[in-house]
Amino acid sequence: MKYMLMLVRSDEEWEGLSDKERDYDAIMRWWMSLSEKGVLRDGAELQPARTATTITWEDRSAVTMDGPFMEAKETIGGYGIVEVDDLDAAIALAKSWPARGHKVEIRPIVAR
Amino acid sequence: MSDSARSALADVFREQAGRLTAALVRKLGDFDLAEELVQDALLAALEHWPREGVPDRPGAWLMTTARRLAVDRWRRQQRYQEKLTLLFAAEAADEPEVDDRLRLIFTCCHPAINREAQLALTLRAVAGLTTREIARAFVTSEGTVAQRIVRAKRKIVEARIPYRIPAPDELAARLKEVLAVVYLLFNEGYLATSEVPSRPVLTEEAEALAGMLANLLPGEPEAIGLLALIRFHRARATARFDAAGTLVLLPDQDRRLWNREAIADARRLLDRALAMGRPGPYQVQGLIAASHAAAATWEATDWPRIVGLYELLERFWPSPVVRLNRAIALEHVEGAAAALADVTALATELDGYHLYHATRAELLRKLGRTVEARSADARALALTTNPAERELLENRLLASSQ
Repeated sequence: MKYMLMLVRSDEEWEGLSDKERDYDAIMRWWMSLSEKGVLRDGAELQPARTATTITWEDRSAVTMDGPFMEAKETIGGYGIVEVDDLDAAIALAKSWPARGHKVEIRPIVAR
Repeated sequence: MSDSARSALADVFREQAGRLTAALVRKLGDFDLAEELVQDALLAALEHWPREGVPDRPGAWLMTTARRLAVDRWRRQQRYQEKLTLLFAAEAADEPEVDDRLRLIFTCCHPAINREAQLALTLRAVAGLTTREIARAFVTSEGTVAQRIVRAKRKIVEARIPYRIPAPDELAARLKEVLAVVYLLFNEGYLATSEVPSRPVLTEEAEALAGMLANLLPGEPEAIGLLALIRFHRARATARFDAAGTLVLLPDQDRRLWNREAIADARRLLDRALAMGRPGPYQVQGLIAASHAAAATWEATDWPRIVGLYELLERFWPSPVVRLNRAIALEHVEGAAAALADVTALATELDGYHLYHATRAELLRKLGRTVEARSADARALALTTNPAERELLENRLLASSQ
């Protein structure tokens, strides 16, 4: 079963940290370990939500807007797609995510 | 149906529902479908058994009925077609059944399911209660309960919550979750939140679930501790209400009405748990209940020991309610003034809790501060929804105005 691990953070707090404080070494080790386990299908860090552009529709015409679809303090700062047996396995991976001050939301991916 | 027939039926249901659900989930690999079939089979049993008597092998009767109902549904729905073969596949040996029921309760109490849904799902899938019974027990509508159960079952399927006993490194944390669900069921049954003083159905189910867990996990002292705790409380049940149905608090209970045999049995259980050398909050509460049960009178209670046990409990469960209970015990060691100081220190945290105000009222009255006592009692009454507790507080207010 595939799950998306949404790495949730406060952009403001995250950008206030130095690279050392963000501990990219630990973060890289996490991605590597998932890759070595053979469960990682995809993943990336995202630019902060201030870089977001949102398209909405009014009647049938598309409108381009500056900003994320929802104004929130916490936004998705990255994601990983993993393929594991069940939710417990996905929870175990999410619990090992090392970045401080983050939350991880786990969403099953619809299988077709 | 007579009361005894009804209670015999309830016993059979409790025994069989969880087993059948567990067996069907294993066979079908489909929690949702298994649970629906069991509910249908139980409804059929409710219709037949009171008239025709409980069959010799109720489990086999239910399984046969579930199969027949599955065939009925199959005629209408594609989904059942695939599962039907599994359902009629040769009976596996009964041996893994023990694990099945544990798997089922761990799935129902999975931390990815919210607490209310865990409670409802456990009562329905493991204990075999109907949606209506669960709704009545939690003073909510059948629709709400049904929706909670449907959502939880959908999450189990769609997020693939596994049907298994947690791995050894997760077992402690996951068992804590299961025990919390059973403990909540017991508390709501023992002193209901509203409408009726108590709900024996829930205390019975909680005892049965705790019994099952203690049996299936004989090496887990907290499971045994919880069972002992429930049995200590149930041993005092007959003394908790007087003939008029008024709540009688521990200090005023007629201790001759306590079931000494049940208390001795609970004590043996507790000792077995304690001997494992891994204490926890349920064992400590069991010890507190044991100390009360061992005292000949309220006054003869070993209060210093109870104060110490609440301090120990606070280490496992740092909560203002535990500190409140410690303060209540402290009155008998250091006096009402010391206890009142400790209670009042909890003012901000417990302002919305009726027993905080009721306790303050009692202590204030003992110190002769009657005006303040009355206003604390009034505050407690305003926050209380249990009818028996309301009556008690109303009587107090009445007595203090004379």
